[in-house]
This record gives sequence, structure tokens and C-alpha cells, in this order.
Amino acid sequence: MILNVQGLRTGYGRIPILNGIGFSVDEGEFIGILGHNGMGKTTLLRALMGFLPPTSGRVQFAGTDITALEPYRRARLGLGYVPQGREIFPGLSVYDNLRMGCAQQSGGQEHATIANVLEEFPRLTQLLDRPGSALSGGEQQLLAIARCLCGKPRLVLLDEPTEGIQPSIIEEIVETLQRLRARTGLTMILVEQNLDFIAALSQRILVIQKGRITQEVKPDELHDASVVGEFIGITT
Amino acid sequence: MDLVALLAIQVLYAVASLALISVGLAIIFGMMRVINLAHGEFLMLGGYAAIVATSHGISIWVAMLVVAPIVVGLIGIIVERAIIRFLYGRMIDTMLATWGLSLFLVGLTTAIFGNTTVGISAPLGSIQIGAYRTSAYTLFVIAIAIAVLGAIFAVMRWTRLGLIARGTMQNADMAAALGVNPPRVYAVTFGVGAALSGLAGAVLAPVSGVFPTIGVAYVAKSFITVIGGGAAILSGTVSASALFGTINQIATFVTTPVFGEVALLAAAIVLIRLLPQGITGRFFRRGL
Repeated sequence: MILNVQGLRTGYGRIPILNGIGFSVDEGEFIGILGHNGMGKTTLLRALMGFLPPTSGRVQFAGTDITALEPYRRARLGLGYVPQGREIFPGLSVYDNLRMGCAQQSGGQEHATIANVLEEFPRLTQLLDRPGSALSGGEQQLLAIARCLCGKPRLVLLDEPTEGIQPSIIEEIVETLQRLRARTGLTMILVEQNLDFIAALSQRILVIQKGRITQEVKPDELHDASVVGEFIGITT
Repeated sequence: MDLVALLAIQVLYAVASLALISVGLAIIFGMMRVINLAHGEFLMLGGYAAIVATSHGISIWVAMLVVAPIVVGLIGIIVERAIIRFLYGRMIDTMLATWGLSLFLVGLTTAIFGNTTVGISAPLGSIQIGAYRTSAYTLFVIAIAIAVLGAIFAVMRWTRLGLIARGTMQNADMAAALGVNPPRVYAVTFGVGAALSGLAGAVLAPVSGVFPTIGVAYVAKSFITVIGGGAAILSGTVSASALFGTINQIATFVTTPVFGEVALLAAAIVLIRLLPQGITGRFFRRGL
């Protein structure tokens, strides 16, 4: 078990968002978290990354209690984060964005690490000199994933990678992530509202409603619209 | 012809000294959005550090170029850890706190050194330009300004430290998610800005002398240069110093030094009216 979350509660000011989240992830697993807007998906990932202090509960990562650790310490332990909205450094070139991803490593390994990661992202190799702000949304999403992988994470938190992205690149992202999982056994938590995307990638899907995990479904159950409507409250 | 050469040197000197006194502030303001009203006192402390060091028998070059930046850089790191770090994102509070710090430092140095001007004589003699003589130290100040700006460019552009500083400045949370410790980057950045101010104060000490309230003379000009330059640290400082320094020196040459200062301030007002985001808000946007 690489991640174990117990009774996690947090919120913004006095407004509670997460009301006791509990789940665990095994090494090599690909977990999807599905829910409506406002159900706490992004908040959950931000709390796991340490940007929101928990009001109660425990988070264990790779055998360490990280409940009170700062974000940069969690990153150095091997938590990777691909945030909603990509958060590309706009004034840095694509290559420098990737170098930022290598910030935890010594300078000598940087070049080899980036070359290694770029093998999975052929589209980025032609864009290395462009400023991050000049990329399309889909290219930025690929860059955000590549940048995260440069840090050699043990667990990647992926927040709505399909939001506002054109379908052709969504497919490319799915293929890239499937390839990475097959090749490197990457462990990942994917937060999504896009049913096809989450079903194509996840081994288990947790449904989040009002700040709680309410049920677990298999990916193939998501193809049955009536099941989806009945149990999850999402209509396709 | 000699007169033109002389005037050119003086314009360059005016530009160089503006750039020197502003660049530390530009780093602290541009990277961290901290308005450091004690900036003038960092320059003043650099001057005193150099003077105290030379009076203890240290070579004036070492005192100016090594001792002053190290001393003021360390003071900067202490100030960041003790005061500034609690106030990030609270601009008004930071201004009040650094203003208080400024008054404290003026009082402290007055108590220690007295309210008198101390000087160190400028090293290097004078050089002959045709029929005119000018201080060789003027050329040294120009060279130091070029070296400092070049060094900042090299660090920002080509080193990991510079990359991490730029990334953290653009998005601190994302940098943290990649394993960068932003508070440490801020402390180092503040220290570097303070060290450069200390260096500038020391290098200009032989020209202007040092007294506890000399910071007041510096701080207004540095702020005008930084605001006039806009968001980009290096190209902003260089372009604003070039503009204001040239106007100041030419007006001084045509009329009097007092009018030169007036011309500088008037130019600043016009510039900010036309380009509220500073020069780099419109031009050289992609510069560092």
C-alpha cells in the first residue's frame, strides 16, 4: 500500500469540503475518482499535496505519515502533482518547464532525465524552445504530465486532464498514460468528470459525493448509462 | 570632441550609478513583490561596511567588493527571516514594517557612527581626456555596473539557481509541488538583493561619502527607476536607468545639477503617465 487516507477532513475557512475521506492505493494501481463539480475532487488532491491543511484525519504515503508535511517535502518523498489548469510556468520555455520538474535532482542528471521522459511525449520535442504560455491547452497538459514525470514520482495525482482540451489530444493523453502504465507500472490517482476517459484508464473508480467516498465501481459498469444515472447521479 | 567624450562618460556614469542603486531593489520587488522601504539603508550599510573594513586595514577593493555585499547580504537574510517572511502578500504591512526598519537602521547607525559624513578617498587617480581630466573611478563604477548586470543575467539565464528563482517567482505553489522549497528561495533572493545593494552602497561611498540618512537620497531614485522599468528585472532596470540617467546628466550639463534632478523626476512622471506598467510593460516584455 503506497497511500492510505483515513478520515480526512478539510475545507476553506469554515466551509467544510471534505467530510471524512478514506481510501487506499496499492503500488502500481490506477485509481479514478469520479464526481460532479463541487463534490471535492480538486480539494482532495490539493489536500493530498499539502496545499490545504487537514482539520482532522491522517494521510500516510510510502510508510511515512505526511499529514502535516509541507508540499515540497511531499514532492521530495515522491508525490507528483498535475494540477487542474495545468499551471505551466508561462515565462519559461518548454525545456525550462521540464528542468523545473527536475528541481529535486542534481544538475548532472537533468539532461538524461528529460531526454528519457520526452521519449513518451514526441509532440513536445518540437516545442522545446517555445514559452509555456504559447502552447495550446492540450500541449500544456502533455507538458504538465511530462514535467511531473521528470521528478520521478512514485504516485501521480492527476486533476481533470481533459478539462477544456480538444478531443484529438485527449486521445493522445489516454494513449500516453496507458503506455506509461504498461511500461513503468506508474501509480496514479485520476480525478475526472469525463466518463469515457476515466473508464479507459482506471482499474477501480471511487465515487465522491459531498466530500465523502460513497461507492466503488468497476470501469465497465460506467458504460451502462442506467447504472451511472442511478448510482452516481451523473447523466451522460 | 573631447567635451563630447567627457559628456558621454558622465552620462554613462549617471546611468551606471542609477542601475547599481536600483538593481537590488528590482530583484526584491520584481521577484517577490516586496516593497522594501529600507532599501536606502541597505545601501547606507554597504557604505559603512566598506568604511569600517578599510579602517581595519582591509584593502579598499576587498572592502567594497567582498565585505560590503557579504555583510549586507547576511543582514538581508536576517531581515527576511525575522520580519518579511511573515508578511508575504500583505503589501501595506510590508511597507510599514520596512519603513520602521529603515528608521531603526538610521537611528542605530547614528548612535554608533554619529551624525556626520565619513568618507573614503576614491582609489585610482584621474585620467586625461584631451583638455579635460576626469576621475578614473568614474570608469570603475561604470565597469562594476556592467559586471553586476552581466552577472545577474548569466545567473538568471544559465544556472539552475536562476531557473528555480524564476519558476518560483512565476508560480510558487507549482514550484513547491515539484520539490522546491519556496521560503528558502525567497530568503536567498532577498539576501542576494540586499547584497547587491550593499555592493552598490560601498562602490558609491567614495563618491558621495556616507552618513546615516544617505539612504533617503538613494531610495527615491531607486524606486523611480524600478517602477519606471516595470516587471522585467534586468531589462527594466537597464532601460529605465538609461533613460533617466541620460536625461538627468544632459539636463545637469546644460543647466545645473539641481535642475538635472528635477528633469529626472519630471521624466519619471511623464513616463509613468504614458506607460503605467513601466517600460517593460510594453517593450522588451520577454526580457529577464
